Amino acid sequence: MLTDYIPIFLMLAVGAVLGIVMGNINRILGPRRPTAEKLSTYESGMEPIRTARERFSVRFYLVAILFILFDVEIVFMYPWAVNFMSLGWFGFIEMLIFIVILLIGYYYVIKKGALQWQ
Amino acid sequence: MIAIEALIKIVVLVVIILTIVAYLVLLERKISAYMQDRIGPNRVGPKGLFQPLADVLKLVLKEMIVPAKANKFIHALAPVISITVAVGALAVIPFANYIVIGGQKISLLIANVNIGVLYILALSSLGVYGITLSGWASNNKYSLLGGLRSSAQMISYELSLGLSLVGVLMIDGTLQLDKITMAQSGGLWNIIYQPIGFLVFVTAAFAETNRLPFDLPEAEPELVGGYHTEYSGMRWGLFFLSEYTNMIVSSALMVTLYFGGWSLPFVNYSALGANLAALVQFVTFFAKLGILIFVFMWVRWTLPRFRYDQLMNVGWKIMLPLAILNLLGTGAVMLALK
Repeated sequence: MLTDYIPIFLMLAVGAVLGIVMGNINRILGPRRPTAEKLSTYESGMEPIRTARERFSVRFYLVAILFILFDVEIVFMYPWAVNFMSLGWFGFIEMLIFIVILLIGYYYVIKKGALQWQ
Repeated sequence: MIAIEALIKIVVLVVIILTIVAYLVLLERKISAYMQDRIGPNRVGPKGLFQPLADVLKLVLKEMIVPAKANKFIHALAPVISITVAVGALAVIPFANYIVIGGQKISLLIANVNIGVLYILALSSLGVYGITLSGWASNNKYSLLGGLRSSAQMISYELSLGLSLVGVLMIDGTLQLDKITMAQSGGLWNIIYQPIGFLVFVTAAFAETNRLPFDLPEAEPELVGGYHTEYSGMRWGLFFLSEYTNMIVSSALMVTLYFGGWSLPFVNYSALGANLAALVQFVTFFAKLGILIFVFMWVRWTLPRFRYDQLMNVGWKIMLPLAILNLLGTGAVMLALK
């Protein structure tokens, strides 16, 4: 039922209002004395060198891609788990086959060194 | 009517939770102090009990500093995402069964949706955005590194978190959190059936909430403050607030999934009358929650921090296979016993 979700939207709205109010309360209650040094990027007291908008390790992208692959498969397992008892041995073996295929991919990922961090 | 009832419940719950969070910070400081043979905050009020008030007042009166080179809009948006997600997850946690006011049955669950577990997992995935965006928008190298590490860590452990729950879902056959509680209130708690699943879940929950030993995103000695280095005042406070709220949410999830939720064994709730029963359930739930939160703090002040490669190795090469084995083992045993 869609009406069941009204409280959820309300809850999220309350959270967002809380965040917006608290995130801007310092504008009203706090002092306001900006200087160039105060607004510069913090780099442990040194003059900031270049910007932070630089290239970073490709491994982070790899982890993100692998996450999507595995996470979709986990979401797929949820309906199966909820109906597990009515599916019986047939459902179990189906899932076993699915997991074996998943593990072949997992083995390949590890052998390729995609999860190797130095 | 539904909306008004829900809004009242939401406001009451949010006030309760925010108060608890404020005192959790004090509790954490006290616990860390006693573990390190110090006294901890004891100046503000009797035994330092008004310390949280002083902390909030200090944060509120700070100057708001937004770095000149930061992306202003996303810098402001990131803490709002974090707190929205953290508070939103509370909507499906069953703190007690129901109360009766004027002959009307009022459920104490804010939103009784049939996808409770899935909803919480979805929100905890969204939580990554708050941290990653804050790291990127600050235009600071420490923040960027903290945000990147955090997103990689959270999504890695999200997998084990999701998989470890499947065992519980198989046993109880539902994603609805109050039905999972009901299923346990008659018989044994799920932790008896799912010890390995629980261990995986606890470890993943620590990583999801960025708590030690998995707090690499904000590892102070190397990254200053990590993703919130460039935040000040209440915006910084919002990150803190959402971290503690997340801790409450994951502890509450553990209580509900593995420790029987608000139920106690051998208690006949129908003999107590609805309102008294609800009170007992409420107290029971928060007592269990308190114990688990104490464990969170205990671990934080006991274990040293992991190295990043160790963290990723544990997540992908130990937790994930363990969770899959647990899932298959649970299935095989359940079918063999049928």
